[in-house]
Amino acid sequence: MNILEISHLNKSFGPLEVLRDINMNVEEGEVVSLIGASGSGKSTLLRCINLLESYDAGQILFEGKNIIAARSSINSYRTHVGMIFQSFNLFQHLTVLENCVIGQVKVLKKKKSVADTFARETLSKVGLDDFINAKVTTLSGGQKQRVAIARALCMEPRVLLFDEPTSALDPEMVGEVLTVIQQLAKEKRTMIIVTHEMAFAQEVSDRVVFMDQGVIVEEDKPDILFTNPKMDRTKEFLARFIR
Amino acid sequence: MLVSSLLLGTIPSDLFGGAAYIFSKYAPMFWYGVKITLLISMSGTIIGILIGLGIGILRTLPVGKRDPLWRKILIRLIHIIATTYVEIFRGTPMIVQAVFFYYGLKPLFNWTALIAGIFIVSINTGAYMAEIIRAGIQSLDIGQNEAARSIGMNNYQTMRYIILPQAIRNAFPAIGNEFVVNIKDTSVLNVIGVTELYFQTSSVAGIIYRFPDTFLVTAILYLVLTFSTTLILKFIEKRMNMPVSSGISSSSTVHILNTDSAKGGIKK
Repeated sequence: MNILEISHLNKSFGPLEVLRDINMNVEEGEVVSLIGASGSGKSTLLRCINLLESYDAGQILFEGKNIIAARSSINSYRTHVGMIFQSFNLFQHLTVLENCVIGQVKVLKKKKSVADTFARETLSKVGLDDFINAKVTTLSGGQKQRVAIARALCMEPRVLLFDEPTSALDPEMVGEVLTVIQQLAKEKRTMIIVTHEMAFAQEVSDRVVFMDQGVIVEEDKPDILFTNPKMDRTKEFLARFIR
Repeated sequence: MLVSSLLLGTIPSDLFGGAAYIFSKYAPMFWYGVKITLLISMSGTIIGILIGLGIGILRTLPVGKRDPLWRKILIRLIHIIATTYVEIFRGTPMIVQAVFFYYGLKPLFNWTALIAGIFIVSINTGAYMAEIIRAGIQSLDIGQNEAARSIGMNNYQTMRYIILPQAIRNAFPAIGNEFVVNIKDTSVLNVIGVTELYFQTSSVAGIIYRFPDTFLVTAILYLVLTFSTTLILKFIEKRMNMPVSSGISSSSTVHILNTDSAKGGIKK
């Protein structure tokens, strides 16, 4: 069953067309990687799915419902679609635990004690038991990104969106974040991952989507797309990436 | 020498002796002035912060692409009104505002100079605070807002739980500075006859006709007020920036430095 159905999506920044007639479906439990050069529109597509960007034409259906059908339902829609940012965007004034609790209490209206327990469980899952009371500013990049993943998970989202989750990390910290994402893939979570980590995309994804200049050029199973791409543009891109 | 002067009722001729004599003889008048000065500057600053919060938030209200037309027009209108308020009160001297509002609104409210004084300092401070709060909000990374929205927070929740706590913390040095400025600037309220420290000093100087000595006393009193306030604010600021105990310490120093430089960015 498709959890997300994107059809004929168009978006421009002024005269620049960043998304052109994007059509893409995501099934429940599927892991989709979006790859492509910088400026190809993959991050914009991800941000449109979470409505951090508005789009000019086309529609996005979440569980069969248009996500912008009613203004009032946008906030509750966002709780179903977790977002992990390149630059973490943790709440700087809160501790690790508070980062994971605040959404549950204020948005989902959970009891503080219930939210607290769930946040601790989730943080333990991403390996941060020892840091629950730390200020987020004291953490390393890899730890920050794991808190960000835990914060998103605490909202119990149906879909997770990763916007270049490892691009702002030092090389030695990439692994710990990818391991967490891999673990989530094993749990059959629905995820869309924008990434430049080709080896990781190949390993973790059920499907890889290659974008260039605002259009989807090619999509296929990772083994096929990475080893035997059909389109010239995909070949060119991969040749530059995989030496 | 001071004692003999007091007994004889003559003022020592040197500056410091004169000042000491005047202070001890007219202490109740000075203290009364200090009390009124503190009352006005404190309440004016607190009310000013509240006004500034309101106006500062209104001035940062975003206009969304998807918003209906009436909402866009309303927000534009609010922006214009808020900006007009800020520009008028920052662009005219408080002494002029004091005379204008005290006499202008007296037929309407029939208010005392003290109440008028608090009102004037409040709305004047509000204009400056609005700018401080706005800068505090706008200095935050857009990612804070996006992260809050991405977990489903609405405008109000984002502002209340994510943006404002950080903005106020960043703006705290500037807010404290406004308080110190207000302690000094309440002196202009003497033009409408508020019996604050400057007014009281003028009265004393008028009685004994010794201006430098009397005003030396007042200068010292103002300095004590502003300096001790500064120290208290510094102390609070330090407490606010103290990192909460964490399991690790190796990387924390670097990040504390980062927070400090971020704070300096919005200082005005």
